[in-house]
Amino acid sequence: MSIEQVDRLVDVAALERLRQSIIEKRNPFQLRLRICNGTGCLASGADEVTAAFEAELTRRGLSAEINLVKSGCHGFCEKGPLVVVEPQETFYQRVKPEHVPAIVAATLDGKIVEELLYVDPATGERILHEQEVPFYRGQTRLVFGSNGTIDPTQIEDYIAIGGYSALAKALTQMSTAEIIDEVKRSGLRGRGGGGFPTGVKWESCRRADGDIKYVVCNADEGDPGAYMDRSLLEGTPHAVLEGMIIGAHAIGAHEGYIYVRNEYPLAVSNARRAIEQAMAYGLLGKDILGSGFDFKVSINRGGGAFVCGESSALMASLEGQVGEPRAKYVHTVEKGLWDRPTCLNNVETWANVPLIINRGADWYNQIGTEKSKGTKIFSLVGKVNNTGLVEVPMGIPLRDIIFDIGGGILDGKKFKAVQTGGPSGGFIPESLLHLPVDFDRLTEAGSMMGSGAMIVMDEGTCMVNMAKFFIDFLEEESCGKCVPCREGIDRMGEVLERITTGKGRMEDLELLEALADTLRLGSLCALGSTAANPVLTSLRYFRDEYIAHVVDKKCPAGECQALIQYSIISEKCTGCMVCVRECPSHAVTGKRREPAVIDLAVCSKCGVCYDVCRFDAVKRA
Amino acid sequence: MAAEMDSEKVQGILERHSERVNAIIDGYEGRKDLMISLLQDVQAEFNYVPRDAMVQISQRLDVPLSQVFSIATFFKAFNLTPRGRHLITVCDGTACHVRGGLRLIDKLDRDLGLTPGGTTEDGRFTLETVRCLGACALGPLMVIDGKYHGQMSSNKLDRTLRSYT
Ligand SMILES: Cc1cc2nc3c(=O)[nH]c(=O)nc-3n(C[C@H](O)[C@H](O)[C@H](O)COP(=O)(O)O)c2cc1C
Ligand code: FES
Ligand code: FES
Repeated sequence: MSIEQVDRLVDVAALERLRQSIIEKRNPFQLRLRICNGTGCLASGADEVTAAFEAELTRRGLSAEINLVKSGCHGFCEKGPLVVVEPQETFYQRVKPEHVPAIVAATLDGKIVEELLYVDPATGERILHEQEVPFYRGQTRLVFGSNGTIDPTQIEDYIAIGGYSALAKALTQMSTAEIIDEVKRSGLRGRGGGGFPTGVKWESCRRADGDIKYVVCNADEGDPGAYMDRSLLEGTPHAVLEGMIIGAHAIGAHEGYIYVRNEYPLAVSNARRAIEQAMAYGLLGKDILGSGFDFKVSINRGGGAFVCGESSALMASLEGQVGEPRAKYVHTVEKGLWDRPTCLNNVETWANVPLIINRGADWYNQIGTEKSKGTKIFSLVGKVNNTGLVEVPMGIPLRDIIFDIGGGILDGKKFKAVQTGGPSGGFIPESLLHLPVDFDRLTEAGSMMGSGAMIVMDEGTCMVNMAKFFIDFLEEESCGKCVPCREGIDRMGEVLERITTGKGRMEDLELLEALADTLRLGSLCALGSTAANPVLTSLRYFRDEYIAHVVDKKCPAGECQALIQYSIISEKCTGCMVCVRECPSHAVTGKRREPAVIDLAVCSKCGVCYDVCRFDAVKRA
Repeated sequence: MAAEMDSEKVQGILERHSERVNAIIDGYEGRKDLMISLLQDVQAEFNYVPRDAMVQISQRLDVPLSQVFSIATFFKAFNLTPRGRHLITVCDGTACHVRGGLRLIDKLDRDLGLTPGGTTEDGRFTLETVRCLGACALGPLMVIDGKYHGQMSSNKLDRTLRSYT
């Protein structure tokens, strides 16, 4: 349906009539091919697969019989492009354009293309349905569930699954005080990192003085390694919008903004389209569903600065200024955007709202732990077998996420640490894998929930080097306005550089701790005050590794170039000459069928020989 | 004489530039708060943010040039110098880093003398690094001219680059 043709929904009854008519028009036995068109699958060629399906259906004259649906991300991006055949729900992975004719033929015959099914590495069995795959089995998909099943560019798809019914309920059956009370009682806490109770924030903003108020959706997602906000905004933009409209109504705001990273073009275009469609139906704009409530939303693209995810910096950037934070003696709920009361929430926080309004606080607060309610979407990445987005109830142990859902460590290596909370978070060692994921438990361990990145590291990852990675990141991203952050992070970087190059001293470890204190106490915003967390947790749980660098001048993980040497194990070397050919510094010499030799004076320690050797004959120590 | 022709030609290009910048500014109806989006559009048009464009924006929106400049330098997304024919973006976000993203950067340096922020002498490639593109499950990730290449390795890199001339 094109946007121009639709009738505005004048009241809730009209929305319900529309919903019924969409559902009735749909045949539950209809063959549908759902192709994931999320950024991950597109990166693996989903656009070519989609084009191949279109061509094949046209060629066979089946375009009317079989529907093609371009869905959002399913979470299991690593196995993409993903295709699901409805109504049987057959789940195909790693689909390439050349598989398309076989899939169409099998679908018409009621058959299955066996070789495209997922194979459970533990049992060797082929799995037919998505929800039976171990990666999905342990998940509870409340917020992210419809992401891979509907076409994000069709508002009708969202309406068909009950979309905008929470808005209808909030506008007609609840007072604004009741909405806020429901959100407060649900126990929902902000998913952007801080974990602030959402209902309390709404209430403060509602009470703040001022006729003009704003709601803002934080889709800056600066934490490198996290991508749930992008996937949600891309795949279910209407749930985010619906949450924002309900929030704005409760707070008394008539204007909203979505602040989204420029690196996320598909999220920008899907959100923009969702706004246009909601406007056309009168779910946004003037007199929403005949309630008298007016609300409009615009999109702002961020310029790729990590600090702009911070509330006051984000608002400065929305005003068209340089994104520097300010001291928050006065909260942004009182004086935010253009000094007016502003309620900022994260993408995932907003997307939880329709669920809470529809199913009620009493249902929602059954899920999770005492102080962390509901589910959380994590981006499980790094050295783990199954990487992707996972949604689990708060409170499940880290071990379950990494080993059951994630399927354990890549290449049979040994687990070393998981990093949560991004640059403001910390490393969690094996001894703490029983910890439940919960805002407070993770903070006690010296890390934090953050926005939900969970980066798994194995024995080959050097913790000192990783701490340095985060410090380097923050050094670039510090806006430079306050001295403790600008200078403190710089100094920490220098100390870590010393340690990783073998020039460290034992006093350096205490120096790092002292610098961390200064940062925590003296910084203007949370970028600085939490910046030392990766360093502190690595010192706390992996001090031995620091000592090995400082005292023995060794990097046990074999990552710090200055502290390692490459050599050839002559007993294993077959003389295949691959390393001799590939070495960019010409440091490896040898003859065919004779062990090669590395000239350490010439070796640049690039590790190419180590990577190319098929016989494990290159030693790194 | 030849020099005159050249400067005429340059003048022509500049005028066409300024028309394109004007058209972009027109789309924003004088809204200063959308400066970042405006600069993004300018960058998308020219591949970088030319100095003249900043002057023009400053004059037309009545904003000090220093402010336009400070925004263009604060945010990573903006380039103030022209770029090569193909833009390579290597992700050095945490997930890609852990899976060996830096190796790709080292290799580009070794093979093409290409360092982050730099352009090859023949103008073929410009290299940028980014902290996360939001496709972390496919790390290490690299993007060439907007096309994503996931699960990159040194070998795959060689093969991939060959198709960009
Ligand atoms: C340096 C820094 C970066 C941040 N980046 C983000 C971000 O990318 N996305 C986000 O939602 N919140 C981010 N936050 C948290 C926000 O300041 C704010 O607490 C959050 O958006 C509020 O929404 P919530 O209560 O729904 O979590 C960041 C905070 C800091 C200090
Ligand atoms: S993009 Fe397809 S599963 Fe994530
Ligand atoms: S860390 Fe590379 S895409 Fe996220």
